[in-house]
Amino acid sequence: MKIVKIIAWIALIAFVVVQFFQVDYNRSETVPQTDFMLVNNVPAMVEQSLQVSCYDCHSDNTDYPWYNKVQPVASFLEDHIKEGKEELNFNEWGNLSDRRKNSKLRSIINQIENGEMPLNSYTLIHRDAILSEAYKIAVIDYMKKLKDSLE
Amino acid sequence: MKKVKQTVRIMTLVATITLTMSCKDAETKNDQPKNHSEMNHQKEKNQEMSMNNGQMTSGETILNKYFDLKDALVNDNNSKAKDMGNALAESLKTFDATIYSSNEKNELNDIIQDATEHAEHIGKSDIKHQREHFKMLSKDLTDMVAITGSSIKIYEQYCPMYDGGTAWLSRSENIKNPYYGSSMLNCGKVQREIN
Repeated sequence: MKIVKIIAWIALIAFVVVQFFQVDYNRSETVPQTDFMLVNNVPAMVEQSLQVSCYDCHSDNTDYPWYNKVQPVASFLEDHIKEGKEELNFNEWGNLSDRRKNSKLRSIINQIENGEMPLNSYTLIHRDAILSEAYKIAVIDYMKKLKDSLE
Repeated sequence: MKKVKQTVRIMTLVATITLTMSCKDAETKNDQPKNHSEMNHQKEKNQEMSMNNGQMTSGETILNKYFDLKDALVNDNNSKAKDMGNALAESLKTFDATIYSSNEKNELNDIIQDATEHAEHIGKSDIKHQREHFKMLSKDLTDMVAITGSSIKIYEQYCPMYDGGTAWLSRSENIKNPYYGSSMLNCGKVQREIN
């Protein structure tokens, strides 16, 4: 029993200590002119879906709920967001060539169709980020249209 | 007294944990530049080697790596395709576009950037994903060959069934389908010959 108590204490103190390790939050006050929504004429339904389901990891601005600022969750998320932005950053859409837009759109369509995005580990907590069938179809249709307009 | 002892013990433990953690942190921070310089060194070495061979990567080398990758997909070999994808990505990064006109250079750089991303994905994906990226990679390299040309005859082949119709490049006239592998090895036809 004593051991359990000691372990609990250690865990608690370690948890407090780890809070002092700061992370770089993915926050930006401004939206650049190259943003996907500014470059394209995006229907409201699609815009809302992208903002809620994608922009947290695929833009320069993450909407952090309080529990995501708690360590070690925050560190885990930092890597996650970095990786997400490397693959695709909607804020920098306008900087991509048509060829690269085409590639990105194809990947977006494939991954949403196959249910690979948004990630399960993300929707587990962000229940509102789950794309319902109607929203999924709206997003895919729009992305396909956009892709066809580039070809 | 006992309680004090216990508290001291806990404090020591926590201090140790904190110290090890921060040390670890510092270590990784120190490691990074070291790795970087090592990587740079490696890069320099590679560049030197290709310099010694007289040139950096040409369109020809890239095509050969692409054909190796294609063969791995024809054989349904996921892990070989990963290796070939990574090898191709490395070659693409050292592609030498300096001999081309500025318009061609821009186009080539765009192609290479896109192709590198696909090759890198192929280097870390399951076979279904690899084939999705191979489709886009094939388009990139077809456009590359249109600029760089090729010393050997290349066949553009086409499978109407995969993803609404998909092309790929091959050294041989015989159809061996990289998108289906053994499940539909001979599906497709020669669409065009590139000299």
